[in-house]
Amino acid sequence: MPVIATDKLTRTFGAFTAVNAITFSVEQGEIFGFLGANGAGKTTALKMLTGLLTPTSGSATVAGFDVWKQPEQVKRRIGYMSQKFSLYEDLTVRENIRLYGGIYGLKMPEIRSKTADLLQKLGIEQEADQRVSALPLGWKQKLAFSVALLHEPKIVFLDEPTSGVDPLARRQFWELIYEAAASGVTLMVTTHYMEEAEYCNRVSMMVDGKIEALDTPRELKTQFEANDMDEVFRKLARKGLVVE
Amino acid sequence: MLEIQTHHLSKSYGPVRAVEDISLEVEAGEVFGLIGPDGAGKTTLFRILTSLILPDTGTATVAGLDVVREYKQLRQIIGYMPGRFSLYQDLTVEENLGFFANVFGVRIRDNYELIRDIYVQLEPFKDRRAGALSGGMKQKLALCCALIHRPRVLLLDEPGTGVDPVSRKEFWDMLRRLRASGITILVSTPNMDEAELCDRIALLQQGQLLAVNTPAGITAGFRRPLFAVRSDEMYRLIQDLRSFEGAADCHAFGEYAHLTLNTANEPADEKLILQYLVSQNHRNIEVKPVAATVEDCFIDLMTTTQNPKLKTQNL
Repeated sequence: MPVIATDKLTRTFGAFTAVNAITFSVEQGEIFGFLGANGAGKTTALKMLTGLLTPTSGSATVAGFDVWKQPEQVKRRIGYMSQKFSLYEDLTVRENIRLYGGIYGLKMPEIRSKTADLLQKLGIEQEADQRVSALPLGWKQKLAFSVALLHEPKIVFLDEPTSGVDPLARRQFWELIYEAAASGVTLMVTTHYMEEAEYCNRVSMMVDGKIEALDTPRELKTQFEANDMDEVFRKLARKGLVVE
Repeated sequence: MLEIQTHHLSKSYGPVRAVEDISLEVEAGEVFGLIGPDGAGKTTLFRILTSLILPDTGTATVAGLDVVREYKQLRQIIGYMPGRFSLYQDLTVEENLGFFANVFGVRIRDNYELIRDIYVQLEPFKDRRAGALSGGMKQKLALCCALIHRPRVLLLDEPGTGVDPVSRKEFWDMLRRLRASGITILVSTPNMDEAELCDRIALLQQGQLLAVNTPAGITAGFRRPLFAVRSDEMYRLIQDLRSFEGAADCHAFGEYAHLTLNTANEPADEKLILQYLVSQNHRNIEVKPVAATVEDCFIDLMTTTQNPKLKTQNL
């Protein structure tokens, strides 16, 4: 059974149709890229999939729950990480873990044991009581991702997870993502950095509220006779020429 | 002729050494790229070169003018586009342009030729407030405002950040046309793919210079055999490749993993890797030798550097 399935999912704001009858599904353990230009409808679609916005028509299930009827159940089973903002800079590493554990309803003994595991896995036991602001960017990013996995969500939404970090940290980060996917977590990556898209198993491209393309990066490059995903994006975006 | 020159430039913010002993030379008429991730020191360099902050030690000149002693003349002949959108959000497109022309004591029509290609795209929105423009449009307006006094040297701090690939491509096309008009351009980006679009690049990491060369010169410096490998199980593939005899390094790289070997072992390498992966029960295996990208070189330079500061940051 797909972890995410939408059927003609639509959202309008007055006369404007932000998301126009999108139908797609994402399997368990998949790394799925959700791409599109600014204003293409990505954010609106994601808000519906995370239970933050009700659809106008159509339907969607996330981790087996209906986003319209059971948004709270959906929220409990998803994680979210953004490279730009996920952790509280003024809190220590340990405090951040405890805060997120608490928000997701974990009990204190569970938080304690998970904290120990997490610190050991990332090799940051020494830094546990340092403020997050003092950590290098690459570490923050790995910590943010680990925190998003704390409550063992079925799906983690990643928003431009690796923009701005150095190439080595970026590759190490993708390895963490691969590891999570191999253990059965589904990853939904939103980005407009096409080099991030190259790492996904499949990508969808939204243009003007619709999904204009959905396939593996390899197939898309063949289909659009493009050398890289940047070129695929440019060819697709030109179709729905953005009037802003 | 050297249009930008820095000599042992350093700048710290408290304990953070943002720029450490950087010496650079940019020729007149070049598109020169400062390539590095967040925290590499790109913005600090721009702020020193535009006389907005003072270096702790070292010197720098732009168009022969010292950035500390001759800052007043300097500010007349440079155009600067900061990384954060810095135009007046409450003024319209046209008002912003008029304002910057006025500040530099020129009329829009004096230098309109220079910005025409860009400004025609903005003209339909000339009465719109700058704050209400899309990312790509804001960036175009900022470029027009930085060019309206016909600067000798154009300094662009991460113009591609937050902009979609269509606008980014258009922006680079514009830079090529500007270079043809004789303007020297210093541009920064964290995006290694954009390195190829520059005449020469400097690779920066943690305030330090890793290398300066043409993009082709940088990639030619990668001496070890490099392979792109894929299979159905990417996570296990990377782990397995690291255990391959002779493997120096292996990392995820888009739809492939990039495997670097210690030394070339005749052309049999490809076959040996394939055999090894078959023995590890991988399926749908693909192995091919590839040329190093700027990103491969960046990682190579980061990990082989003698500087302990750079090493510990990336454990």
